[in-house]
Amino acid sequence: MTDTAMSGPASFADAGRTRDPGAAPLTTADGLPLKAALRRSQRRLRLQAVLLVLPLLLFIFVTFAIPIAMMMSRSVQNPEVSEFLPETAAVIDDWDGEGLPGEEVYAAMARDLATGQENNTVGRVTARINREIPGARGFMLGTAREAATLQPPYKEAMLAANKGWGNERYWRLLKRETRSITPAYYLLALDYEYDSNGAIVKRPENYQVYQPLFLRTAWMSLVITGLTILLGYPVAYLLASLPLRTSNLLMILVLLPFWTSLLVRTSAWIVLLQQQGVINDLLVFSGLLGDGSRLRMIYNQTGTIVAMTHVLLPFMILPLYSVMKTISPSYMRAARSLGASNFRAFVTVYLPMTIPGIAAGTLLVFILAVGYYITPALVGGDSGIFISNLIAENMRGTGAQVRLAAALSTLLLVGVLLFYWLFNKIVGVDRLKFG
Amino acid sequence: MIASPNGHQNGNVGAGDASYVRFENVQKSYDGESLVVKDLNLDIPRGEFLTMLGPSGSGKTTCLMMLAGFEPATHGEIFLNGHPINNLPPHKRGIGMVFQNYALFPHMTVAENLAYPLKVRGMSKAEIETRVKRALDMVELPRMAGRRPAQLSGGQQQRVAVARAVVFEPDLVLMDEPLGALDKQLREQMQYEVKHIQERLGVTVVYVTHDQTEALTMSDRVAVFNDGRIQQLSSPQALYEAPTSSFVAKFIGENNVLSGRIASIEGDTCRVELDGGGTVGAVPIAVQGIGSRTSLSIRPERVVLDPGPDVPNGLDGVILELIYLGDHIRVRMDVAGNDEFIVKIPNGAEMRPLERGARVRLGWRTRDCRALDPVG
Amino acid sequence: MRLLKSLALASAASVVAIAGVAIAQDKGPLTIVSWGGAYSMSQQKAYSEPFTVKTGIKILNEDKSNEALAGVRSQVEAGQVTWDIVDMLQSDAQRACEEGLLQKINPDEWLAPAPDGTPASQDFIEGTLGECFIPQILYATLFAYDTRDFPNGGPQTIADIWDVEKFPGTRALENIPQKNLEWALIADGVPAEEVYTVLATEEGQDRAFKKLDELKPNIIWWTQGAQPPQLLADGEAAIATAYNGRIFSAQVDEKQPFKIMWDRQMFEVDGWTIPEGAPHEEEIKEYIRFSTDTQRLADQSKYIAYAPARKSSIPLVGKHEATGEEMLPHMPTQEDNFKTAVRFDTDFWATYGDALEERWNAWVNS
Repeated sequence: MTDTAMSGPASFADAGRTRDPGAAPLTTADGLPLKAALRRSQRRLRLQAVLLVLPLLLFIFVTFAIPIAMMMSRSVQNPEVSEFLPETAAVIDDWDGEGLPGEEVYAAMARDLATGQENNTVGRVTARINREIPGARGFMLGTAREAATLQPPYKEAMLAANKGWGNERYWRLLKRETRSITPAYYLLALDYEYDSNGAIVKRPENYQVYQPLFLRTAWMSLVITGLTILLGYPVAYLLASLPLRTSNLLMILVLLPFWTSLLVRTSAWIVLLQQQGVINDLLVFSGLLGDGSRLRMIYNQTGTIVAMTHVLLPFMILPLYSVMKTISPSYMRAARSLGASNFRAFVTVYLPMTIPGIAAGTLLVFILAVGYYITPALVGGDSGIFISNLIAENMRGTGAQVRLAAALSTLLLVGVLLFYWLFNKIVGVDRLKFG
Repeated sequence: MIASPNGHQNGNVGAGDASYVRFENVQKSYDGESLVVKDLNLDIPRGEFLTMLGPSGSGKTTCLMMLAGFEPATHGEIFLNGHPINNLPPHKRGIGMVFQNYALFPHMTVAENLAYPLKVRGMSKAEIETRVKRALDMVELPRMAGRRPAQLSGGQQQRVAVARAVVFEPDLVLMDEPLGALDKQLREQMQYEVKHIQERLGVTVVYVTHDQTEALTMSDRVAVFNDGRIQQLSSPQALYEAPTSSFVAKFIGENNVLSGRIASIEGDTCRVELDGGGTVGAVPIAVQGIGSRTSLSIRPERVVLDPGPDVPNGLDGVILELIYLGDHIRVRMDVAGNDEFIVKIPNGAEMRPLERGARVRLGWRTRDCRALDPVG
Repeated sequence: MRLLKSLALASAASVVAIAGVAIAQDKGPLTIVSWGGAYSMSQQKAYSEPFTVKTGIKILNEDKSNEALAGVRSQVEAGQVTWDIVDMLQSDAQRACEEGLLQKINPDEWLAPAPDGTPASQDFIEGTLGECFIPQILYATLFAYDTRDFPNGGPQTIADIWDVEKFPGTRALENIPQKNLEWALIADGVPAEEVYTVLATEEGQDRAFKKLDELKPNIIWWTQGAQPPQLLADGEAAIATAYNGRIFSAQVDEKQPFKIMWDRQMFEVDGWTIPEGAPHEEEIKEYIRFSTDTQRLADQSKYIAYAPARKSSIPLVGKHEATGEEMLPHMPTQEDNFKTAVRFDTDFWATYGDALEERWNAWVNS
């Protein structure tokens, strides 16, 4: 370094010159490394920032992260056999799975049932097994009541007590379900199951419900999203182009649904759309319909789509509006002065400029729609319900069904995240404007 | 088409084929209660650079919007090349336009922006490509074709906006305060560039601004708007040198006003008794007659201190303030009751030292003092 | 995960513990969970209000019986039981009992004998008392119709329900397999006493769903007990399955022109259960003994058209409190009404419920 030869009185000038590749790191006047000094001076600020967001972080952790983690863990839990039939679980591993297991497995089962009967816990495991082999509950509970009085050889005694104990499928199921973690609920949630040999197969057609329902939820949400774009775009445009006073009034009309309870809104749609409702009455009154051929517009997909489009419309209009508000009228004027007709100017200039709003609205509406519950439950009838309705139904059932519900919820969550990821790939989330 | 010379025609441009754009008794009202444009009559010859200058709310932008087709005229007719265009939608008028904020389409590249009017007109790809390239060369941005407008500086965006407005070779280009968003230095530079492009292409330009410097440097003619009317329509030089109303005199350049009463009129000069005492000679421009009130307008650089005997109009003044500006000294004085009287003295070798508070004799030539309509 | 869970539980527990100390006192209040609406009202009038007058113990009501099973399960599993007494369907109670979520009840120790001294275990209608379950009422799910839709007389049998030519109109059914599958088999000609045997077989289930297929274009579904009378009143359905008490209310309180078809009513019982670890042991016993005695059960029928579960209460059934209507003819157990009644088999549904519910969902959504 030649500069050092020029010994100047200003020490900071020297310090400045040491910024050479390979030179010593910068220091403050009293010799501290500059980076450390900077860190120290900012530590207080950073601490303050952390303290400010800490309550929210904790809140999110307790009310959001923990429940989701618990739900996901619940979806693979399989404690029943290992917990409530511990001795059987221990010895059945040694059985080769052919024919019926030996005496020691039956003996272990007898002891487990006796314990279960005493502790009142036998019902938990029977519910689990009965789900897959209807009727297992009956012979298990029956034998449990007499378990204390059973005499060896247990195999013979139990087979005599109920022929259910001779069901090879039952024992194979037990052997499979001794693991405390199982993918069974995910299989079920996708309409697959284990066959009696333990292979994964598609469920019989008249039991397939979740996969079609996932698909229906997705496509109906897409239809609803599409409708909110079609209906919301002109409204947002009007809002953005009207003078402030008029647009404020219109905005209140748009937001009005937000201030009304979801139930009230949905009930209003029932009043409007039902067969003896206002719209049908009008159609019959005007002679467009015969009294006998009133339209069924509710308690089916139409009902769900109409009511949900209405409920979700503001979530499309608001981001659209906030984008349109920033688009100066001079863009359209420029396009027209350059020779484009009104329509062409709209399609080639205005529409592309509103894509961030459309995309944000689509993301909001679609994700909200996919998880919707109350509206489809009230007006969906049978053909218009969503996956969340079956999740809720399963939540009220047995322990096994609660785990199925958890598996379904997890799949729904994964689906939404997948959609978000895909959306980000295509549109780019950083371009979105939510309002 | 031949570019019109950057000459200083005085006032009227000949009629006939020179009337490329024509406003005929045009009125405009937005609310049905007041007129924003009051009975506008204006002829713009082919190839002219005409500026509409005026304070905000004077109706100039409304006129431009009516010409572009974005606002309908409430009354009257606008002609383009002899054809009435009131009922012609904007995209069929074939008028190029540069907007205040440029209105470059942010989702298109520079080249796509330039290609837009050509594509709309159904030109072939190759044709579009050559024209876009030519336009980019013209505004000296040949390497910016692939950029988005947001990646350009203000000046570059401005040039692209101009290029886009002329790329489809319109005969008429409208500019709505196009330089308003630029800083001072860039604005001055762009004034020349825009002017040069206009001269090179020979297009007719109608330019709207509230900046008098822009109007003076670029225009063939300037229409000064106020209160919905054209106050004066003339060359920049005439506008400055020979304002026909107090408003124009005040609006264009710096101006000293002295109020008084017409004492006598003799031929093309008159005598005016000043309210602050004294009598001076002036050229009567907009006066009612003897005894009527008038406002005298004298440009600061036309006032001389310690006038010689050949300067007829002499008054006494007191120096209130001296501001040194390098090439000249700006002197604020109290003259005939007006304590905002400004005199500009060139910083010449023979200049004598001035002092605050000093009483000085000053004067001007009669033809530099114009008696206009009274103000205040 | 286990750690997270126990952390969450621990923090929740400490909050509850602090709250517990604050309100710790010797008597009550009892938290009673029931169905809400007119049914809860009848319980409060007949049981709770006189009970509070007599003992001074306050009652807190929660309308959560819709999710009683899930609620009891999560409370018991978390070891944080806040519910003292829970009104449950017999089927739910049986399931919860098997899972060890409910306290076992010895009827003759817990419950008052009939006025004539008959012990409680003999006084309740046979088969209704459960290990963990004390029945209060017997109610029927049945078909009802709007007489305006059938000027020439409405359906009289289950077969008529399936006859959409003769009895046109929309049918509103509850969106669950229970009872619907039974009726479908009966409509298909299966004798009532064999219904559950048939339904336990794969072929029987196919047969039931196939029979329902015939009716499906004419069905709309309901999920809440309040819906069917509303659907009938709105003209959305001509025939609906419903709880008999709801139809009674519509007939008597709202003067709706509805008629009940008692043929093949499916009856079941509803009653009290006590979660394992419920907080107020003594008060619970007091309340249960009081509320299930002969007079109290008879009193409840003044407010709602469900039949008391004690035989000794039936002679005491009187007039409707609000309208003075004689209640006996509206009871599901009244002789004429009961002739073709089918007992809802909770044991069958505990065994086959899961599988049939899945198949039902698949069928409904197909």
